Amino acid sequence: MTLASPMVDAAAVATTAVVMLETRGLCKRYGAIEVTRNVDLCIERGARHALIGPNGAGKTTFVNLVTGVTEPSAGSIYLGGREVTSASAQKRVAAGLARTFQINTLFADLTVAENIAIALSQRLGLAWKLWGRPAAHAEVVEQAAALLEQLGLLTLAARRVNALAYGQRRMLEIAIALALKPQVLLLDEPAAGIPNGESGMILDLLERLPADIAILFIEHDMNLVFRFAKKITVLVEGAVLVEGKPDDIRADERVRNVYLGRRHD
Amino acid sequence: MKSIIRNVLPAEALPSYRLRLADALPWLVALGAFFMFDTYMSLGAQILIMVIFGISLDLALGFAGINTLGHAAFFGVGAYAAGYYSLHVSAEPLSGLLVAALAAGVIGLLSGWLLLRTSGLALLMLTMVTTVVLHEVANTWRDVTGGADGLSGIETSPLLGTFAFDLYGKTAYLYALAVLFVVFIAMRVIVNSPFGLAIRGIRENSKRMLLVGTPVHAKLILAYTLSAAIAGIAGALSAEITRTVGLDLLSFQLSGNILIMLIIGGVGRLYGAFIGIPLYMLLLDRAAAIDPFHWMFFVGIALILLVRFAPGGLLALAQQLRQRLVLRLTTPVKENK
Repeated sequence: MTLASPMVDAAAVATTAVVMLETRGLCKRYGAIEVTRNVDLCIERGARHALIGPNGAGKTTFVNLVTGVTEPSAGSIYLGGREVTSASAQKRVAAGLARTFQINTLFADLTVAENIAIALSQRLGLAWKLWGRPAAHAEVVEQAAALLEQLGLLTLAARRVNALAYGQRRMLEIAIALALKPQVLLLDEPAAGIPNGESGMILDLLERLPADIAILFIEHDMNLVFRFAKKITVLVEGAVLVEGKPDDIRADERVRNVYLGRRHD
Repeated sequence: MKSIIRNVLPAEALPSYRLRLADALPWLVALGAFFMFDTYMSLGAQILIMVIFGISLDLALGFAGINTLGHAAFFGVGAYAAGYYSLHVSAEPLSGLLVAALAAGVIGLLSGWLLLRTSGLALLMLTMVTTVVLHEVANTWRDVTGGADGLSGIETSPLLGTFAFDLYGKTAYLYALAVLFVVFIAMRVIVNSPFGLAIRGIRENSKRMLLVGTPVHAKLILAYTLSAAIAGIAGALSAEITRTVGLDLLSFQLSGNILIMLIIGGVGRLYGAFIGIPLYMLLLDRAAAIDPFHWMFFVGIALILLVRFAPGGLLALAQQLRQRLVLRLTTPVKENK
């Protein structure tokens, strides 16, 4: 897995502008409560797109809708040009979509390497094999080791997740998604719970991701958002308030009002 | 491409077949028992059969995290299938095992497909109810199952055409031991395979498994079916060796007992059944011999103490004690630095 050396020139990618993920008129209602309202979002190949908004704006719901964990009330979702609105979560993964979770969602009683090997053997089509060890497959071992090496987790490979420090679990959370070699990566608050001063570790990792992966990330750490995102969408009360380049968002009066508490929800 | 450095994972990072000296222990004990306690062969064979049953439960419960209180369903179906096969088709024992595995596997596949969308308490209830339904089927379908009388007069031909089943149960004991060995090897291969890793992942976090792209339901069905087939083999052995099949094999009590015995040994460790089952069955046997009136009282006390001081099973307790010992042995070295 070539994580550190993006093979694709970022500029060349930008000009081709292939849409990797698109939602049209996406809605989610729970009874009378609308948590997602008519969201149109378009993520191109190589995108570094941030989704921000106050607590309860419906950011995680949006990710759940896109990944197929939650069923939308209306609207449609396209992945790589194909409609996946009613496709199962696992089909969307097979189509190149991966996500991470705001709260670590790991395999706690397994080793770090096993956590990665689960994702790798699934992607490499080995996961139905009833015999032979995962370690007998060179590609599993090599890719797991390469990925762990690049995330600085290789020395911990034999350690159980239970015994990892919080920051290391955060990295592993992202590593599992990367092992799926996604074309679209959804990161739900990758730096959640990491002290502000240490979020550089996450930023480092994000910056080294292959340039052609389309990334949509939710984040509360504005420092991280403005340093990494090329485009920002602000979600308020389930609807898109504004979308634009970081500088425009920073200067936008409405966004300031939302964040300074005039319309906190 | 940049030059690729061949990365190596540390040992123990991924599942391995590494054998320790302790791996030989259960087999040495089983063979030793054969020569030393030759008057206890019948109890010995019962223990071996229950160990196979326990291993099958461990695959479902310990590795795939399927909470079930109805595993006797598959033991019973296997026993009835083998009994019926022996009475009406052929008394050859090995083919009887295969028939039983197939019958129990089919029931496992069907009930798994129906039940495994649920989990937790709902699943516990449904697996229990499945056994009750099968119990009633066996009770009413007299032509095949013999109803409340069960199947009797089962003949078992000599093993491989040469080894007749003797009165002392020596052949039976070695037959059960050989089947246990084959089942154990198969289990060891399965739980260390990529599939084994995937079902352990489902046990740990089924939600994340879905978002890794795993067909969780299908994987659970396969694990449950395999587990059912192995339980069926255990049931078939019981039918072939005791030469009777009764309704008690489809009882809730058997499901409960096997669960208790496995938990005593330790769940999800492959060896839990080897510890918990002989211990519990020998305890029952001894307690009943010493005090035929109050023996269940003493067994109850022993269980309470076990669960109080070894909640993760005896294997977990042994591991904790070993870790504590290692810690105590290594701490002075750290202090010297």
